[in-house]
Amino acid sequence: MAELIQRFGKAQSFYDGYTRKGIEIETTHYCPGCGHGTIQKLIGEAIDDLGIQDRTIFLSPVGCAVFAYYYYDTGNIQCSHGRAPAVGTGVKRTVKDAVVISYQGDGDLAGIGMTEIIHAANRGEPITVFFINNAIYGMTGGQMAPTTPLGQITQTTPFGRDVARDGRPIGMVELMNALVPPVYIERCSVATSQGIIKTRKAIRKALQAQIDGIGFSFVEILSPCPTNWGMSPVKARSWMEKEMTHHFPLGLVRDTISSSTGKATSIPYPYLDDAQLVELLTGSAAVPLLKDDIPQVTHKVKIAGFGGQGVLSAGELLATCGMTEALHVSWLPSYGPEMRGGSANVSVILSDQEIGSPLVDHPEVLLAFNGPSLDLFEPKMVSGATIVVNSSIIQRQVERTDVNVYYIPATDIAKNEGLLSAANVVMVTAYLLISNALPLETLVRCIPLVLRKKSFLDTNIAIVNKTEAYVKAHPMEKQ
Amino acid sequence: MNCRLMKGNEAAVYGALMGGCTHFFGYPITPASEIAQAAAYYFTASGRTFLQAESEISVINMLYGAASAGARVMTASSGPGIALMGEGLSYLAGARLPAVVIDMQRAGPGLGNIWPEQSDYNMVVKGGGHGNYANITLTPASAQEMFDFTKKAFQIADTYRMTVCILSDAYIGQMMEPVEISGPVLHGQRKEWAVYGDKASRKNLISSIYMSAPLLRKHNEDLQQTYLQVAQDITDYEEISVADAEFVFVAYGIVARICHSVVQALRQQGIKAGLLRPKTVFPFPTAALGAIADRNIPLGVVELSNGQMANDVDLAVKGRVPVFRYLTMGGETPTVRELLTAVKCDLAESKKGGPHG
Repeated sequence: MAELIQRFGKAQSFYDGYTRKGIEIETTHYCPGCGHGTIQKLIGEAIDDLGIQDRTIFLSPVGCAVFAYYYYDTGNIQCSHGRAPAVGTGVKRTVKDAVVISYQGDGDLAGIGMTEIIHAANRGEPITVFFINNAIYGMTGGQMAPTTPLGQITQTTPFGRDVARDGRPIGMVELMNALVPPVYIERCSVATSQGIIKTRKAIRKALQAQIDGIGFSFVEILSPCPTNWGMSPVKARSWMEKEMTHHFPLGLVRDTISSSTGKATSIPYPYLDDAQLVELLTGSAAVPLLKDDIPQVTHKVKIAGFGGQGVLSAGELLATCGMTEALHVSWLPSYGPEMRGGSANVSVILSDQEIGSPLVDHPEVLLAFNGPSLDLFEPKMVSGATIVVNSSIIQRQVERTDVNVYYIPATDIAKNEGLLSAANVVMVTAYLLISNALPLETLVRCIPLVLRKKSFLDTNIAIVNKTEAYVKAHPMEKQ
Repeated sequence: MNCRLMKGNEAAVYGALMGGCTHFFGYPITPASEIAQAAAYYFTASGRTFLQAESEISVINMLYGAASAGARVMTASSGPGIALMGEGLSYLAGARLPAVVIDMQRAGPGLGNIWPEQSDYNMVVKGGGHGNYANITLTPASAQEMFDFTKKAFQIADTYRMTVCILSDAYIGQMMEPVEISGPVLHGQRKEWAVYGDKASRKNLISSIYMSAPLLRKHNEDLQQTYLQVAQDITDYEEISVADAEFVFVAYGIVARICHSVVQALRQQGIKAGLLRPKTVFPFPTAALGAIADRNIPLGVVELSNGQMANDVDLAVKGRVPVFRYLTMGGETPTVRELLTAVKCDLAESKKGGPHG
């Protein structure tokens, strides 16, 4: 063995002895006549010649090459079945200078991992994928692969691959070629010496593309599996020439390396240091707690109406007011598909005590923006509760006699100021005035914190003033 | 004080960035989508990495790759997505890679609905994937804790080389509360086992395969040893009014908040109730529950599931005291009034020497 190694040489990027293998550390685990040894040696020599041994991170798949880490003296990651392109994405986006090699078989890449390879290719991840196609599942003992030719007998196609049942063998090079981002796509074969020389060139070209930061490259390599094909190594090679190249034509499919200027560069966002990060997160919207003398109150509020009436924003405004007054607050919305269907409601609690349940099953306050909301929540109100009714929209009177009711044409007041969407500000203002829950100055101070469109600030403040005038002119009648 | 009103979902992203997380990989799902959305903005704007993957399967494998390369990594999803990540979570555990995974629980099984449940407990706490592994599991009950727990999760993950799950629920994620953005910003250190694509880390191998059974046995035993250490080091819970209690609730997440209100209501009616709120469910507060059982105090587990955590409470008290179960499924939450009535009824039965007494 030592003589043979000396005679044919060994890639520097291979370990001297395969100690990770545990036993027989001078031989590989591959069967006689298997193509993996040939291909991995070509890759090892390329790593040497390109001077990338330290930078290389080799991704082992699940399949016969699962033990590639026995051999390569490079960074190694063993991946779950088919997911190496996703793992490679995570690696490459962490260590951009690494040379990431994803080495995958046909079951791994074209079967279980089809999603991952397609999307990694379509993102143009600057990694190199070597796809070893031997038309069969080797490690599990010779079952049908996505690339198994029609008629081929395997352990799971004992009568041959049947097109009606199993479909046709998948051409991965052709699929890759349907995507725009890959910069290099070629199919080679190690069936012949000539093929091995071409494969050697393709491997180097694909790696060089990654070294140059140009983009995603994909080399499919047809490879013999004499053991599972039930052939001698010599016969396996002639079968490859005859059968496999018929299904999987060899050749270069795309090479845009020289015309590529590199992967489309993202808009640069510089890495923020600690102080800048804290500034980004807290920034101008930081809300200081203003006072120590906290009002002794608990308000359990339900705000409800149509989607688009600003129900959730009204709740946010109220909660923000409470927060700046150093109250405990919570805001819990209805959410999900129903939000897109029309009705919306939110539970808001303001309290001088720590808030237990943020759910408001039996509201003490209801801001009813529309009829269905009043119908839904009126029966659930606690006795003595307060209901603010948007009388622009809700035609009926509140039926319960054990609650306080205030009717205000909120939508009309907002519309008169030219901002229909600010009916929510009217409702919150009216509530704060009739309940004396919080000072109006707090509301005015908090509107800019919650308002999405800053250009409407003045109009919103005007609406607060109009509402105040209305409430003064129409005091609430106590029950 | 930097205090902002925000959703629990957003608070998780703030906590992650303050905790030194540099890579977020995500896939949208209600009710966790706001986490990915906030990450898309803040991770990108701060020069960190956000990537929307093609599936949750890809997400967890991107985490596997970035964690292999030494990054502090995270994702967030809900039950159906976490189920898809099961294989990857097992690989992370097998390869001893640190990662943070948030589960904003929704109701199941199958597509279920988007309202809160706590039915992912077994999947997250007991594993979900194959093999003898566990995830450290933190259970926040407020937006502030979504921030705090996510922030500290990365340090815990790095210390024990484990996945830390934040097991929360739809309400905690959707609810807005004031959140204090407290410093300092934490950072991960270079890891001697990681693969950086440089000379110093060239010999490193990230793998969960051990072809030798004795070696895999040792690997498994080492993992169990780590879990024992974790139980010693980081078990965490809050006790509310437990000292003089004659009845103690056990609940986490949104249900713990409801129970807090029930405790107050019961005490107003002269019943000395308390609440033990686990902040970690792996490790589980077994000793704290045992101490309550030693005082011969009955327990009541309130849970949005078929009793998945209640089974762990049973194991902790070993039949010494009655463990009442108040279970709600399907996306509904019990009201304070409902619980109040049910507990009073059970306590009366119990005192009469009823089925549990």
